[in-house]
Amino acid sequence: MLSLIYLTGSVTFIVGLKMLSNPATARRGNAVAAAGMTLAILGTIFLYEHNGRHLRNYGWITAGLLIGGVIGFLSAKRVKMTAMPEMVSLFNGMGGACAALISVVEFNHMIRAFSGGVEIDHLQLLIVFAGLIIGAVSFAGSVIAWGKLNGNIKDITFGGQHIFNISLLAVMLILSVYVIAAQPPFTGILFALILLLSLVYGVFFVLPIGGADMPVVISLLNSFTGVAAACGGFLYNNPVMLTGGILVGSAGSILTILMCKAMNRSLKNVLIGSFGGTHGGGTAKEQGAYKEISNADMAVVLAYAHKVMIVPGYGLAVAQAQHACHELENLLEARGVEVRYAIHPVAGRMPGHMNVLLAEADVPYEKLLEMEQANGQFNTTDVVLVLGANDVVNPAAKKDPASPIYGMPILEVENARMVVVNKRSMKPGYAGIENDLFFQPKTSMLFGDAKHVLQQLVAEIAQI
Amino acid sequence: MNVILSFIQAHLELTYVVILSIFLGVEVISRVPSVLHTPLMSGANAIHGVVIIGAIIVMGQAEADNYLALILGFLAVILGTLNVVGGFVVTDRMLEMFKSKKTK
Repeated sequence: MLSLIYLTGSVTFIVGLKMLSNPATARRGNAVAAAGMTLAILGTIFLYEHNGRHLRNYGWITAGLLIGGVIGFLSAKRVKMTAMPEMVSLFNGMGGACAALISVVEFNHMIRAFSGGVEIDHLQLLIVFAGLIIGAVSFAGSVIAWGKLNGNIKDITFGGQHIFNISLLAVMLILSVYVIAAQPPFTGILFALILLLSLVYGVFFVLPIGGADMPVVISLLNSFTGVAAACGGFLYNNPVMLTGGILVGSAGSILTILMCKAMNRSLKNVLIGSFGGTHGGGTAKEQGAYKEISNADMAVVLAYAHKVMIVPGYGLAVAQAQHACHELENLLEARGVEVRYAIHPVAGRMPGHMNVLLAEADVPYEKLLEMEQANGQFNTTDVVLVLGANDVVNPAAKKDPASPIYGMPILEVENARMVVVNKRSMKPGYAGIENDLFFQPKTSMLFGDAKHVLQQLVAEIAQI
Repeated sequence: MNVILSFIQAHLELTYVVILSIFLGVEVISRVPSVLHTPLMSGANAIHGVVIIGAIIVMGQAEADNYLALILGFLAVILGTLNVVGGFVVTDRMLEMFKSKKTK
């Protein structure tokens, strides 16, 4: 009976994932997978038997499920749309921690059994270690990624970081192999040491990676956690954990590669490129002169334009300006101005981030243009309003082979008649590189928080 | 080498499952519009919450006097549930937005 439930669970995961990859069926796909998961969990609780014994400690299990369920549900419901990427990362970390904890307990069981005279199975030990290391790295990495995305942790790079990381990894692996093969008497201490090293490695693995690359890292850590879950599947001979875990592991890896492709960068580049710090790129270049535009002037420019293209970026998300943005759009449309949004595939912190945000503010789907469409329309556009985006409109990606983002497809905003860039300051974007666009004669800067600026624009235009 | 062979022998079915799942995962994902990357990642994130099953098993098998297993198992159940419930709910919220703009 239980194996039938597990089979159903595995199938729902596959079907759910398949449906998730199509816009029309995505939501149902998610529900299908969730139903399968519920079934598998309930099945495990009530039907699981080991050596003819049912599970015990129902009180504890129920309490754990309740606490986790309530916290998970509420935090997922309450989180702002802009903070979604962080949330996903945090949940991913929880899964990793869960896998690592399972390994700790199982290791403890093994040690107990060993002192009781039972021979330790080397391969089982190997799986326990794999679950421990992968789970712990994923946990620590996800927490760091979470901190970086919500701005609490800055990029930290230091000389020899890659060598440090690789040596850390090597020490971890050698220690693990030694423990598994030789099983020295002080195994417990070594086990704790490996756990500690894994956590440290997770931290240092993510620390140097620039914020613009965070989605890729989260996706990668996501597939790590999948593999950690699969280790649990091997440990308990549990097919649903195995399929679920491996499926996420492989799908996650492919997704990671797809995301890299959308940014035209290789995974290796993302992981060791450490944007900003190491490459001099355009950073050393002198800042040219730029000109500013006032809110009042900008309002006039917008009100009398024929076609306005809005390029949203992370700044929009941070400022929670999506509603103000929609308001501006409505106002302009009412005056007969054509307003469109140009969405770069990696604008924001995650692919699709901008689409989700603007959809939240009820911006109609037809107004969102994908990069190729938008690039075809810039030469007929009067004004481009760049809201808190930077790297995705940086012409260096096309022109400057020395730039770290060289080769990334960009929105060719400089083809429009006029470009206005809203930013909080002249500071470079997340990739840490200067943007020539800001110094072009066509470009004007409009400093300030995106939401604040948009609200003022709305007020000004209403008066015209 | 022998150890590995005997392991595969002993877990033949699981080994098959692993290999087939890898290909399946790759196949299922390979053609996705970039707009769906985030929800898909989030959905996959929820699915690897199956670790919860391991946590339940750990918890359910813990002896009443094994406090380490009890406490860690309890923690694992909480964290695993967070992953599952939070993951699915967040994904649903994201996809809800996609829906609302389609019906417009």
